Amino acid sequence: MTDMKIIVAIKQVPERDAPLRIDSAAQWIGESGLRYAMNEPDAYALEEALRLKESAGTEGEVVAVSAGPERVGTTLREALAKGADRAIHIVCGDLASRDALAVARLLAAAIQPENPSLVLTGLQSEDLGQGQTGVILAELLGLPHASLIVQAEMTATGLKVKRELEEGWFQFIELPAPAVLTIQSGGNKLRYATLMGIKRAKTKPVRTLAAADLGLASAPAVILDQVTLPQKQKSTQMLSGSAEEAAAALVEKLKFEAKVL
Amino acid sequence: MSGILVVQEARKDGNTRAFQETLAAGRVLAGYTGLEIEAAGVGDSNSNLFAEFIGPPPAAAHAIEHPLLSRYTSDGYVLAFEQLIRKLQPAYAVFPHSYQARDFVPRLATRFSQALISDVTAIESGPAFVRQLFQGKMNAVYRHPGGGPCFVSIQSGAFRPDGTSGGVTTIDHFTPEIDAAQIRTRPGDPFRASAQTVDLGSAQRIVGVGRGIKDAANLPLVQDLASALGAELAASRPICDNGWLPMERQVGSSGQTVAPKLYVAAGISGAIQHLVGIKGSQCIVAINKDRDAPIFEVADYGIAGDLFEVLPALTAAVKKAK
Ligand SMILES: Cc1cc2nc3c(=O)[nH]c(=O)nc-3n(C[C@H](O)[C@H](O)[C@H](O)COP(=O)(O)OP(=O)(O)OC[C@H]3O[C@@H](n4cnc5c(N)ncnc54)[C@H](O)[C@@H]3O)c2cc1C
Ligand SMILES: Nc1ncnc2c1ncn2[C@@H]1O[C@H](COP(=O)(O)O)[C@@H](O)[C@H]1O
Repeated sequence: MTDMKIIVAIKQVPERDAPLRIDSAAQWIGESGLRYAMNEPDAYALEEALRLKESAGTEGEVVAVSAGPERVGTTLREALAKGADRAIHIVCGDLASRDALAVARLLAAAIQPENPSLVLTGLQSEDLGQGQTGVILAELLGLPHASLIVQAEMTATGLKVKRELEEGWFQFIELPAPAVLTIQSGGNKLRYATLMGIKRAKTKPVRTLAAADLGLASAPAVILDQVTLPQKQKSTQMLSGSAEEAAAALVEKLKFEAKVL
Repeated sequence: MSGILVVQEARKDGNTRAFQETLAAGRVLAGYTGLEIEAAGVGDSNSNLFAEFIGPPPAAAHAIEHPLLSRYTSDGYVLAFEQLIRKLQPAYAVFPHSYQARDFVPRLATRFSQALISDVTAIESGPAFVRQLFQGKMNAVYRHPGGGPCFVSIQSGAFRPDGTSGGVTTIDHFTPEIDAAQIRTRPGDPFRASAQTVDLGSAQRIVGVGRGIKDAANLPLVQDLASALGAELAASRPICDNGWLPMERQVGSSGQTVAPKLYVAAGISGAIQHLVGIKGSQCIVAINKDRDAPIFEVADYGIAGDLFEVLPALTAAVKKAK
């Protein structure tokens, strides 16, 4: 068997608890002062990639790929610290104005020449939540795919994966490799970067590619026109005061108004 | 056709709720565009795919039939729908945002150099499509520039099927060309992983805990409230992903659906995949330190505060009221 090369697409997204503001043009959020982190399902995709490489026991390679501005470098370093062998940074300052097809085209252009044995993405990004970049990528690369995967193993003929279905159901799927898998959270326990890993990450190679060099820009397929604040569906009664006061008021309401106690 | 193609997912069992909702979304779109609605779905000749409609039936329905589609595969469905869409040339193709649609529609749209506008919650004049960003903390309005079919998927529960039940419509049978070698994946039978020992579905009161609890060691705080209320304990997905509570206590699209009299959400942000599991609750209470958390959009009562202070206070107040 030839050495396994696994590509993992990793997106950097605003930290979960980061306070968000709509920017002045109302076409994205204000990015100044925001802190960023690795998209959660992508952390699980990275974990799956590292496990597959380890269990193959050969000289395999895990390559992290991310498209985004300068700051994406820190998330790629984090992937290297956790065990990825090298990284590809597609430098792209206008990510928010590109649709899923355009982003997948960038990723495909960077991944194609690598000739990977397997490509993993997260199932969904926490900022855009489109849940489709990995599936598009499979089509662009001409590879079969399976989505919502919580476990994967290599077999003699390709891959056997466990797919999550709705309401606690699962199924196994067999497919040939190379393939694209979109990974759902929770399949494995995530590892932490060790001090040694963090130190070694500094010397691992990060190749940068300019988005403009990866093919002609095409007309957008869909346009994000405006970002707005959601409207309330219900009129929520907010109970204020100290914790004790709010708790006492709530119990009153639950007992006498909602009559659910 | 140049109309609106609304896609049905079930194979045999008549029209699903998801289809009726997708059809309702199609009607909103028809209202803004003046276009006609047709339906499509994979079935076989003796299936009652398009039996009954809530509201007026579509102008026509296309039953896609092929032995290689008897089991769902993304390759098979992409081929079938690609051929049907090339034939009909709809201006819009509307799908439910189901696990199945998420699996094949992005690939299908790519064949038309299009990108799916996924998980749409509202359609406005333009037409403009509203979907959530940042797990429900913001909304975004999307437009389609034209030049090819516009692919849209509809969030579960976002559109309400309405009107008197309509009867049948003309059914057109469509047989795509598919070769067995084009189907690359081999799906196995669905199975349930964990034994279901708790039935959250029939619980009268539930306390749901989310990532705001920070650590498994803090779980007794919610357990105490649950026992004071005589409630079952439930959780958002990350809590079960971390192994802090068993998966059978997970509520949401990939967990259980609940409909208690009282649902208390503590440290849960209110992502749609959690909300779909609790929307049948009679009364929802949210405790969250972030005043703007989406959970407050669906809560009847809210306390914007630190759960480490609020939970013990609430447990004490419940005990006192007994
Ligand atoms: C296909 C798919 C299926 C999914 N299925 C499910 C499912 O079945 N069920 C499910 O729950 N999720 C599901 N998810 C995940 C879902 O999208 C969310 O990621 C998840 O629900 C978030 O969980 P959470 O609210 O606990 O965590 P977070 O989103 O991290 O929210 C934590 C909340 O706690 C608050 N908080 C923090 N500290 C405190 C404090 N001290 N006091 C009070 N509040 C505090 C924060 O303000 C925040 O609002 C699914 C996702 C996908 C893509
Ligand atoms: N800019 C990006 N760079 C690298 N990977 C990405 C990028 N955008 C999306 N992805 C991958 O595609 C997955 C799905 O994203 P989305 O379709 O936006 O929900 C993510 O979990 C990532 O693995």
